[in-house]
Amino acid sequence: MYAFNYHAPKTVRQAATLLAKNEDGKVLAGGQTLLPTMKQRLASPSALIDLNHAEGMSGIEQKGRNIVIGAMTRHADVATSAVVKNALPALAALAGGIGDPAVRNRGTIGGSIANNDPAADYPSAVLALGATIVTNKRKIAADDFFQGMFATALEEGEIIVKVSFPIPSKAAYEKFPNPASRYALVGVFVAKKGADVRVAVTGAGSNGVFRSKECEAALAARFNAKSLDGVKVSASGLNADMHASADYRAHLIPVMAKRAVDKALAK
Amino acid sequence: MASVSMTVNGKQVSATVDPRTLLAQFLREHLHLTGTHVGCDTSQCGACVVHVNGRAVKSCTTLAVSCDGATVTTIEGIGTADNLHPMQAAFRENHGLQCGFCTPGMIMSAIDIVNRKGNKLDEHTIREELEGNICRCTGYHNIVKAVAQGAAAMK
Repeated sequence: MYAFNYHAPKTVRQAATLLAKNEDGKVLAGGQTLLPTMKQRLASPSALIDLNHAEGMSGIEQKGRNIVIGAMTRHADVATSAVVKNALPALAALAGGIGDPAVRNRGTIGGSIANNDPAADYPSAVLALGATIVTNKRKIAADDFFQGMFATALEEGEIIVKVSFPIPSKAAYEKFPNPASRYALVGVFVAKKGADVRVAVTGAGSNGVFRSKECEAALAARFNAKSLDGVKVSASGLNADMHASADYRAHLIPVMAKRAVDKALAK
Repeated sequence: MASVSMTVNGKQVSATVDPRTLLAQFLREHLHLTGTHVGCDTSQCGACVVHVNGRAVKSCTTLAVSCDGATVTTIEGIGTADNLHPMQAAFRENHGLQCGFCTPGMIMSAIDIVNRKGNKLDEHTIREELEGNICRCTGYHNIVKAVAQGAAAMK
């Protein structure tokens, strides 16, 4: 790891000021991706702005028909939260399937979303549920937030403060984990809210998380796993690597979507 | 340089460190608590697991400075040679190790599982929950037995 200057702001406002002052500075949340990346010298920020000591950035509450989660909330806390398990069990289950228990005790929802790893779990939930990302400057709709692999709508000096998830009528997440890394080879989050059905896919797209229009159209007619029979997803733009070809990933998308729909309806 | 203070195994410690010092390095090289092992250094193997504010974390993937003000427990903090922690005793009785390199992390993760899931753990739960701890010797059978017995003994 290359040397960096370290700052531990007590508030989001201080963090934003420090971020503006430090060119090539980076925000440190749970560090479960950033620190390994720095150890491999794939990232060498001039400064780390550590949010672990910033106040008011973690916590979970239900506000009307929304679940609002602070950016520094650890995966383990989302997975075990009574509020999330009751109103949005699909999200609790997703959080409980990230990495391993020690990683979940450290990793944060804000960090995962800001990083937008193309195989991360959270972006699929944010996109399928039509969540709103609240930063220190503005509110960003999920559809506008994710802009390709490791790319987001976040601007210089912008920090995620919380994420607000509208409570769906039905939702579930199913992932086909890479057997070694446990990252999603293909992960599919389906959500139904009124007549609106959204299907978000992670792990498969070479440009990061995306919505599967094919699956959404089939499920909009009738929200049932059978509706996905015969649905074909194009392999164009999907990842191909030693773990799976683009065709295999394309095949897995409706398969995982079916399982997710069955799971959503079983609740 | 940055200053850091924390409580490690009940003792208050303070130091001035390079900010890139990992918690595992801080424990081993500054405090000479070498029971915490670094196996893979890429957050896969879990040999470095310690408790920070009562929760298992991988100390090779945590900055020491991020733990300023925290309470840290390492393998040295849970028992003594004469008075083993029930989980340590269970690992000894079940021969839940061969080379022993992964054992400190296994035991710290096992105690964390008991803290979260209670004293009655079935085999499936133990295997799932040990996902972040790798042992290259045993094939896990005796580790799983040890965790089940240790969990029951922690009651």
